Amino acid sequence: MELTKFWVYFSAQPLFWIIVTLAVFMLAKKLNDWAKGSALLHPVLVAMAIIITLLMLTGTDYDAYFSGAQFIHFLLGPATVALAIPLFDHLSRIRRLFFPVLLACISGSVTAVITVVALGSVLGGSTEVLLSLAPKSVTSPIAIGIAEQIGGYPSLAAGLALITGVMGCLLAPLVFRLLNVKRQASQGFALGLAAHGFGTAYAMQLSTLTGAFAGLAMGLTGVLSSILVPFVVRLMGL
Amino acid sequence: MLQGLFVLLFCQLLGELLMMAINAPIPGPVAGMLILLIGLMVLGRVPDGLRLTSTGLISHLSLLFIPAGVGLMVFADQIKQQWWIILVALLVSTFLTLIVVAWVMERFKSKEGQDHGAH
Repeated sequence: MELTKFWVYFSAQPLFWIIVTLAVFMLAKKLNDWAKGSALLHPVLVAMAIIITLLMLTGTDYDAYFSGAQFIHFLLGPATVALAIPLFDHLSRIRRLFFPVLLACISGSVTAVITVVALGSVLGGSTEVLLSLAPKSVTSPIAIGIAEQIGGYPSLAAGLALITGVMGCLLAPLVFRLLNVKRQASQGFALGLAAHGFGTAYAMQLSTLTGAFAGLAMGLTGVLSSILVPFVVRLMGL
Repeated sequence: MLQGLFVLLFCQLLGELLMMAINAPIPGPVAGMLILLIGLMVLGRVPDGLRLTSTGLISHLSLLFIPAGVGLMVFADQIKQQWWIILVALLVSTFLTLIVVAWVMERFKSKEGQDHGAH
């Protein structure tokens, strides 16, 4: 068989882009190991960049890619449901620190959505971009759901949430030094709330206690924001 | 493993149906997560199969973001026009969010004080 024919047949199959996604992600993880876990070379960002480049080079449109990649994307649903397990595991801790955790979660989530929408609107961002920016501090599976609900672009929202995650990990050490934040619970909760999964992964490297609080913040923020973001966005007239 | 997958998908389905029925703005999977959490609280423990499947899914969570993330390419034009707005808004907002959360947590814990000295 000629190579081009093989390509036409093979790339039309969903299997091809699943394999590409997996292979590129594994490669990106290796690269990140070599870069000693630098947040700028986060495996997801690197994998996205490589796959987008591949699609452009082969002239493949996103729909063709997604016809295969949707099978990976589908797992986000059950994975989001699965976040109930770490929440359940931390239940006694949540109960013990119920008040500070709740207050930090509400004030942080409100700050995250209001500042990003207000700033974007002052700078002249389009409505669709503003609505996709709104859930940026929420873990991507939930951000996708929120963006769908409020009329933003789910993919754009997911990408912006990923970029936010990277920013959070880069900014957090600076903020902790500025405010002299040394407690692991505070550091972890701030990381998980502002930078969701990326922040949680980063916090896990600091200590498991920091990581536990980050996971807690990520879960709570996800639930709270899915109620809060549509409400705030409507209040802000979008 | 199969039981775990079944429970997760079933909770998601319940969540989707419930949110559709009451027309609430919560994404179905998030509602499913809450339904599962309530279920676990009633049961009082996490069944082994469910924990196995869930741990597997969560430990590869970042892989699952990629298909949607690649979708950024569709928005190349909008991003080209508004990239600096997006970047400034995200950067400043993330900075302020970190400050607010860290400040609230610190203030509270110093008031609550020494009730758990383990830290």
